[in-house]
Amino acid sequence: MAAFLNQLPIGLSIGAVLLLIALGLTFTFGQMGVINMAHGEFIMAGAYTAYLMGGLLPALPVAFLVAGVMGLILERAAIRHFYGRPLDTLLLTWGVSLVLQQLARDLFGAPNVQVPAPSWLAGGVGILPYNRLFIMGLAVAGVVAVWVYLTRTGLGRRTQAVVQNRQLAATSGIDTGRVDMLTFFIGSGLAGVAGVALTLIGPVGPALGTYYIVDAFLVVVAGGLGQLRGAVLAAVALGLLNSYAEFWSDASLAKVIVFAVIIAFLQVRPQGMFVLRSRVLT
Amino acid sequence: MLELRDVQVVFDGFRALDGVNLTVPEGELRFLIGPNGAGKTTLIDVITGLTKPAGGSVRFGGLDLVGRKEHQIVRLGVGRTFQTSVVFEELTVIENLDLAATFRQPLWSLARRRRGISEAVEQALTRTGLEDLAERSAGVLSHGQRQWLEIGMLLAQRPKLLLLDEPVAGMSKDERERTGELLTEIADDHTVIVVEHDMEFLRRHASTVTVLHEGKVLVEGSIDQVSADPRVQEVYLGRRKAEDAVGNRP
Amino acid sequence: MIKRHLPFATVAVIALVAAPLLLEPFRLGLLAKYLCYAIVALGIGLAWGQGGMLTLGQGVFFGLGGYSMAMYLKLNEAGPGGLPDFMVWSGVEKLPALWAPFASPVFAVGMAVLGPVLLAVLLGTLVFRQRVRGAYFAILTQALAAAMVILLVGQQGLTGGTNGMTNFFELFGQDLADDSTQRGLYLVVASVLGILYLATRQLVHSRYGRLLVAVRDGEDRVRFLGYDPALVKTVTFAASAGMAGLAGALFVPVVGIISPALLGVVPSLELVVAVAVGGRHALAGAVLGAVVMGYAKTAFSEQFADGWLYLQGALFILVMTLAPKGIVGVVGRLRRARTT
Repeated sequence: MAAFLNQLPIGLSIGAVLLLIALGLTFTFGQMGVINMAHGEFIMAGAYTAYLMGGLLPALPVAFLVAGVMGLILERAAIRHFYGRPLDTLLLTWGVSLVLQQLARDLFGAPNVQVPAPSWLAGGVGILPYNRLFIMGLAVAGVVAVWVYLTRTGLGRRTQAVVQNRQLAATSGIDTGRVDMLTFFIGSGLAGVAGVALTLIGPVGPALGTYYIVDAFLVVVAGGLGQLRGAVLAAVALGLLNSYAEFWSDASLAKVIVFAVIIAFLQVRPQGMFVLRSRVLT
Repeated sequence: MLELRDVQVVFDGFRALDGVNLTVPEGELRFLIGPNGAGKTTLIDVITGLTKPAGGSVRFGGLDLVGRKEHQIVRLGVGRTFQTSVVFEELTVIENLDLAATFRQPLWSLARRRRGISEAVEQALTRTGLEDLAERSAGVLSHGQRQWLEIGMLLAQRPKLLLLDEPVAGMSKDERERTGELLTEIADDHTVIVVEHDMEFLRRHASTVTVLHEGKVLVEGSIDQVSADPRVQEVYLGRRKAEDAVGNRP
Repeated sequence: MIKRHLPFATVAVIALVAAPLLLEPFRLGLLAKYLCYAIVALGIGLAWGQGGMLTLGQGVFFGLGGYSMAMYLKLNEAGPGGLPDFMVWSGVEKLPALWAPFASPVFAVGMAVLGPVLLAVLLGTLVFRQRVRGAYFAILTQALAAAMVILLVGQQGLTGGTNGMTNFFELFGQDLADDSTQRGLYLVVASVLGILYLATRQLVHSRYGRLLVAVRDGEDRVRFLGYDPALVKTVTFAASAGMAGLAGALFVPVVGIISPALLGVVPSLELVVAVAVGGRHALAGAVLGAVVMGYAKTAFSEQFADGWLYLQGALFILVMTLAPKGIVGVVGRLRRARTT
């Protein structure tokens, strides 16, 4: 029973990290039809930012900025020419991802590095270690911030309009280019924050992003495109499923089980938990 | 031949169809009209399996259509076109028609190359008057020609019931004329349901008209009966007034 | 008729006659490896280029084929009652039941194709029937590749773990180290590729091929023509999986190793990249891309290993932005420019 309970904070914190990563993906995918494989490298960039700065708290805003600006550059320089061609962006951004990983290898060396956790995060309450709690807190803060942005600010409402109908939004005078930039900036920035969070539970290496990107995409698939509540539910479910599948079977079977569960879920909800209804025939 | 009883469709709480009853006997050319949002396209979607009704029954030739998949309904002999015509731009006109004509063949038999032109394709070509464009790729066709190709694809399938969703929308006067002739010709030996807005077009070609309004059947009858009906006038004119009011707002 | 087949005939003569005569054994072995990848690429060209299904998990099928073949080779060398070397090292004492039937070469080769086909049919039926498509499908296949690698690495006693299986000495009584065996293998690989290429080309030009393009460009519309797009897609996906499986089975005796690193997310993506570089809309482009990218990888990583990743990434960004139709598209454009 104790071992069973011990998995809980592990699953929840993995879910929290996945959520921070998937928030950006679900909106860039939902809003622009872009599959950004380089998103994983924004996580890595955030983690290395924490490594360079040494301190956890000051690294958070800086990592957000660093990853956000990287996303902004990628969006402006390349991705915006590929809107509506998700498969092409997937391949294009994979090229970017390769280059960024190699860059990290050249800058920081191929071996993993460790970021020392701050002493005030040692220990915990009951079965909840402080570092895992901190990660969950970050995710909650991230979701609240995105929710406030989407529902309480003019720009956020415009973002939602673009997600629902890009052409209509454009003809009603919304500068979709600016909304796209902002979405990319925020989404990539959150991936940077996720990277900082990851330094609390493991070492940092050039391939850090590749371990999480596939799962994060599965969150988007299961949650439904551009759906905040879908992303939250799917991320937590996937985090828990991952850690408990490892607990009950063994680590090597866990991913297969997760994959089977996702396929089974799609039999019931082929478009994810929440769907934007549309009458357009594709 | 086609019988709809008390069909209900609900989109997120909005009643798109609210108890529609419709009977279309074999060999009839039926027009379906009504203001925007009346549920015309939704009705076609329900018949062809694109939208699942929340209640009611759709029977075609004695068979229940509700719950069947789109391609199964097509195989029963119900074909349709779409408001925005979708043809396969990378294929030639003849390949488009051939694709439509061979849908009853088993999949493995399609692994051979097409040789020559089948009778069904030939007929569809002559009826739609697209012979000269047969070898051109569908991507270069004009809007009107695409609509004809779509109707041709439908004919090549030899359906029992044809559902045409606004076939003359966006067409020039000449093109309307030709489509009208095509329509009358098709109606000779098919059962056809046409969704249409254009009153002039209706006056020239319609036999029986069904008026939909707010998800219900408002009136049914000949074109003269329908256009004389005060309820129809109110629906159309009342709406026009409202639109004018919106348009005139400073 | 003759003119249409001339390019293929020329390439076939060069591949089957000139290459074995002119290339030294080491280079010929490398070419055989690229041709194995070209078989996978052909399948990707069919599924993605013609059918619009971007499959990022072909490595899974390639791996199923490769592991089937490797299991047969290992059992054959261990002899009746013997255990493969890696099992002895990881302390396995009794041959696992999963392994037993692979002692038969017919079963092993059959499973190398049938296994991938069955998995693809299962996945395709479940996914396409629910109208999961486009990017969703791509993501799912990628997740499958990721899961497969973790499974193979974790099941050390069954699969040889991270190292996979290597040290093969003998295939159907022939010494694998022998130059003549390798030349024979090369000819087999080249012939299989040639036959599959012709068969796939035939399929693409048939009515089925038109239907496939129609499904790619307007799946929902095809449904209203009375076809079931899910069936068409599943069949095509299964065919491409079968090709990848066969390629994997050929790859093992040619290269002498199969391991998780050869079939994960990255190698699967690399092959898709190769198809894009060659030209996804033409089957010849897919084959060409696989050979060119295979050659480029060997040439560059021999000289500067790190640079290769930069080069591959950069090449890929350039192809996607400047020449989305790949080499075949560029060649076609040049040819048209010259004639007009």
